[in-house]
Amino acid sequence: MQILRLTILRLLTTLVTLAGVAVIVFFVIRVVPGNPIAMMLPPGATEADIARLSALYGLDQPLVTQFGIWLGGVVQGDFGTSITTRQPVLDLVLGRLPATLELSIMALVMAVIIGGAAALIGTRGRGTRTEGAVDVANGMALSVPDFLWGLVLMLVLGVLFPVFHISGRVTPSLDLPFVTNFYLFESLVRLRFDLWADLVAHMFMPALALAIPLAAVIGQLLKQSLKETMNLDYVTLARTKGYGETHVILREALRNAVLPTLTLVGVQFTFLIGGTVIIERLFSYEGLGNMAIDAVINRDLPLIQGIVILFAVIFTAVNLIVDLAYAVLNPRLRHA
Amino acid sequence: MSFLAIRNLSVRLKNGPALLRRVSLDVAPGEVRGLVGESGAGKSMIGKAVLGILPPSVQITEGEILLDGTDLLSLPAKESRRRIGASCALIPQDPLTALNPSHRIGPQITDRLVDILGWTRAAADARARDLLTEVQIADPARVLRSYPHELSGGMRQRILIASAFAAEPKLIVADEPTTALDVTVQKQILRLIAGMQARHGTALLFVTHDLGVVSKVCQQLSVLYSGLVVEDSTVADFFASPRHPYSAALLAATPKYTDPDAGLHPVPDAVIDAVRAEVAAFDRTLAKGVKTHG
Repeated sequence: MQILRLTILRLLTTLVTLAGVAVIVFFVIRVVPGNPIAMMLPPGATEADIARLSALYGLDQPLVTQFGIWLGGVVQGDFGTSITTRQPVLDLVLGRLPATLELSIMALVMAVIIGGAAALIGTRGRGTRTEGAVDVANGMALSVPDFLWGLVLMLVLGVLFPVFHISGRVTPSLDLPFVTNFYLFESLVRLRFDLWADLVAHMFMPALALAIPLAAVIGQLLKQSLKETMNLDYVTLARTKGYGETHVILREALRNAVLPTLTLVGVQFTFLIGGTVIIERLFSYEGLGNMAIDAVINRDLPLIQGIVILFAVIFTAVNLIVDLAYAVLNPRLRHA
Repeated sequence: MSFLAIRNLSVRLKNGPALLRRVSLDVAPGEVRGLVGESGAGKSMIGKAVLGILPPSVQITEGEILLDGTDLLSLPAKESRRRIGASCALIPQDPLTALNPSHRIGPQITDRLVDILGWTRAAADARARDLLTEVQIADPARVLRSYPHELSGGMRQRILIASAFAAEPKLIVADEPTTALDVTVQKQILRLIAGMQARHGTALLFVTHDLGVVSKVCQQLSVLYSGLVVEDSTVADFFASPRHPYSAALLAATPKYTDPDAGLHPVPDAVIDAVRAEVAAFDRTLAKGVKTHG
């Protein structure tokens, strides 16, 4: 019951958040210099041409009227038409969303595995050189931003030892039988492991580049939290029962130590999604982020608005999932 | 033969002062030994050493901990852990922090039975219900399904006592098990531990700073000052005529609840100075011994 109420409450606040985001993105991209009409017409177009095209897109109306028209459409699920591609924004954005979701989730899984392993190894060897090595690795991973990791990976695993593909989402010559845009997921469902391997070979480096800084955050925080938990009385009591160190860490300490890490991972994961914009560009990965950069370059106002709204939806969804996971893991909160 | 025999156990802070100074003591099967001393005297440290849960900041420098004739300190870590888990248990000091907040009560009692001793889950569950009944918890089935935060401190201490007796250990270390509790609950818990100990015939190492508790529960007694055992005797002898001046002063300092007007008698400074001098002399002899051997 508690969880249901939390969900409903959060969905309501999400609506307010999204309305705020809609206002900000709509007006900000119209205040900054740059004119979509100028991008669409060849040089030397007449004043009359410009006026006609502006009227066609409704750009001659007052800003508030434009906002009203756009918001009215959005509420009904119509995000307008992209100026560059002349296709509905919603179709474009939803078409690219699966690519970015798959990349982000892959990165998150990698970060949890790498960071979790680092934390466990560091806790197991606390006070020894092992912990020192983990700390050094974490520090390095944290102090280099994701796009630089992208370049490093590209150089090492793409050029020096070409194990992975450095660009795109899938080898273009392959015949894709997919009906959804969740290629990675669908290839598994269809048992097409050849395609799955090709998709992973493309996704591995951008995902790892996104994952490394997050893995460092998880590793550092979880290790700290585990070390504190390991000194608590119930952990000591478990030791007297005859359990070894690994069992004690995993069964007694981990679940309690994960809680403080979880909230931060949620926040950091939204940074990771933000990071896809540059990483997708770097690896020519056809996702939302790459599309966002094109939209900004082309001053494709409806498309920019659509992408930003979608990112806002993703961010709030991630935060909701984190809060729910917290409630599920913490019995004290579940019954409160 | 004693089930637990500690021989010349010395423990010190790594690169720091000594915490235990050649402590020797015996606990026979079914016997209760009290460990008494002021805070910092090292009485809890002995219990922790026996159970293999000394903090990483301290180290054992010499001595033996013989459990059923085998020196735990000479065994590989895994083997000594297994032996401790199979034959010893701990009743911790603070019931509020000694239960894992993320697990239900049931598995926290049965985990050792199933994982370490290989019981079936059904047998372990039945055992847990019986134990909760024995520690006078009403509605054991509900309590076994509860999380620690849903239960009171006294209730949790009963659960921890039940859990300590679950595997019928030969020896239980009770580390000030009533200190964190309400005064009204203390007496009940003490009676419960004494009753369980007598019924199960378990040897008990009872760490406390309360001589009143010792007189009710223990047969043997070790008095510690600064990690040195200054007196080792039966409880009857101790209360009749303590041999060491420090123990005598400690006994005199125990408040008498029956006579509220008696006032407090702190251990006199002269006695403290004398026992400190004794500790220093002990350390000097040790140092000399090392030199002659070296």
